[in-house]
Amino acid sequence: MAYLKVNHDKITPETADKLINLCPFGAITKNGSTIDIGAGCKMCGICSKKGPEGAIEMIKDQPKTVVDKNAWCGIAVYAELSGRTGKVHPVAFELLGKAKQLAVEIGHPVYAVIIGYRLEEAVLELLTHGADKVFVYDAPELEHFKIDIYTNAFCDFINKTKPSSVLVGATNLGRSLAPRVAASVGTGLTADCTSLEIKENTDLVQIRPAFGGNIMARIITPNHRPQFCTVRYKIFDALPEREPVGERKVIKMTLPADKLVSKIEVIETRHKPAEFDISEAELIVACGRGVKNAEELETAKRFADSIGAQLACTRPMVEAGWFDPRKQIGLSGRTVKPKLIITLGISGSVQFAAGMKNSDKIIAVNIDPNASIFKIAHIGMIGDWKEIISRPMEVLK
Amino acid sequence: MNIAVLIKQVPGTTDVKINPETGNIIRDGVASKLNPYDLFALEMALSLKPASITAITMGPNQAKSVILEAVYMGCDLGYVVSDRRFAGADVLATSRTLAGAIKKTAELQGLSGYDLIICGKQTTDGDTAQVGPETAECLDIPHVSDVLSIDVISGEHITLTANMGDYEQKLCIPLPVLITIEKDVNTPRLPSIKRKYMLAESTDSSELARFISLDDFDNQDASLYGQSGSPTHVEKIFQPEANSDKQVFTGSGEELSERLLNCLRDMKVI
Repeated sequence: MAYLKVNHDKITPETADKLINLCPFGAITKNGSTIDIGAGCKMCGICSKKGPEGAIEMIKDQPKTVVDKNAWCGIAVYAELSGRTGKVHPVAFELLGKAKQLAVEIGHPVYAVIIGYRLEEAVLELLTHGADKVFVYDAPELEHFKIDIYTNAFCDFINKTKPSSVLVGATNLGRSLAPRVAASVGTGLTADCTSLEIKENTDLVQIRPAFGGNIMARIITPNHRPQFCTVRYKIFDALPEREPVGERKVIKMTLPADKLVSKIEVIETRHKPAEFDISEAELIVACGRGVKNAEELETAKRFADSIGAQLACTRPMVEAGWFDPRKQIGLSGRTVKPKLIITLGISGSVQFAAGMKNSDKIIAVNIDPNASIFKIAHIGMIGDWKEIISRPMEVLK
Repeated sequence: MNIAVLIKQVPGTTDVKINPETGNIIRDGVASKLNPYDLFALEMALSLKPASITAITMGPNQAKSVILEAVYMGCDLGYVVSDRRFAGADVLATSRTLAGAIKKTAELQGLSGYDLIICGKQTTDGDTAQVGPETAECLDIPHVSDVLSIDVISGEHITLTANMGDYEQKLCIPLPVLITIEKDVNTPRLPSIKRKYMLAESTDSSELARFISLDDFDNQDASLYGQSGSPTHVEKIFQPEANSDKQVFTGSGEELSERLLNCLRDMKVI
């Protein structure tokens, strides 16, 4: 849809140096008296916008075909069945809550799509959580998650229903299924959105951390439908349960027999012993690199125990081998949304913040006044965390 | 058995900021490294030796260094898929490019295709975990994400165990298949200095890390790749905004400690 054109007549040794310094990805290099743009280019456009005027131009060509956005209607949520309980994974209810908010703005219906076997109860749950219509793929062949036939069912739903947007929970299953389906229907997919907005023209604005850095991006899918994204558990809020009004719209979907034949054989399904998941915690004490040794870690743990909080951590603490990876908060760990989180010695990278910034209350304790955690904390305290937790510890003794 | 491992060069640091005056992205230092998750994928592949192992990466010329690292770990050779026309690719355009490269590099080595394609779970820069599954779809072969172990691999089938979050699935699938490897499932070996010196004497590095571009692809329609082939577009980048009702306190340890106590009491935690 676009390319960068270097206007060689405008390149002088000075403008060349300027452009080379401007490119955040080091993709511009000198080539004799002019410059080259290499494969490191991310097409961010900074060189054309901020560089010497006319030196590099972003040439936008027209897309070959333009999608008819009116032909795609509805915001669909994929409802995953929890492997342990056989019930709908609660992330689907949160996505239905968000879908409802977005759908109201553009006057679209909210759809849920569910794939599995013996789904009567799950379908009812989706109706009470805000789905206007539930599309059901219920067949014995679909009892176990098998990527090939689940993809067939999901693509069948998209082709027949033509939803404008599709939201999928970023669970292990969702992160395997969503990309497969998006690639199959040839559309974009944005992973782990931390916020969603909708434009009047039905474009879904997908917001997430970008370029592996401390920055956020607004991502759109301007010329493809459906718009596809995944969202972690505990990012959005579920609607309160209510009896569905009007007629219950449950649509039974069927697949041709050949689309139900899988290459994959499930030999065994092993349930892991139930363990407490920090995603569910209401009260969390999180430790970062400001917790420096085993003794300090023990102090932090005693503090957490004394107020009845779960102990969690940042990525470096897992890498140091001090914590189980399941206790890690952030983009490569869990997303949490407790009533209160107290962070001890955490600087607050955007990756960590993505996993906890929706918490109801954030109290951050850090010795560095410039730590970015203070930008998202409701209450920040600049000082030594060991001193600051001492009074509550005394009182609790 | 012929195996391809997909790897990526990622920035060595996540410290990227926006200059508030100019709005430009500032990236401190250009140091880059092999995506740490890919080490588990490489180790998984190397544990299947004497299979022939090809490492493949997509990126600028400098990405040659991660291919050489993979070769020094034990891969037989690697390819850098590099072309300015691949620039600005999102997940779909990247996956199309990798799928094209997988087909082409097998052909260049006289193979009918790879039996097994192994990827890391995700990268530390994109953090999406989507490129593996989308590449498999572009190749029209099955995939399994978050693989914990390969239990049996025979000429025609693979039996493996995958992490599904609160449960594990043991699956048997006919080859070829693409798998992404869960982190920490093995202990990746270090690149061998001995192998590095041995190869430096016997083989030209351009043989170990070969380059291919769009000109080598079967489908050379440039509109399928790079930003042109990407359905998603970055509309705007911005620094995350600060909380508006925030309060930051300074003072002595005692004062702050008293304040924390009061906060916890207000919230009925104590």
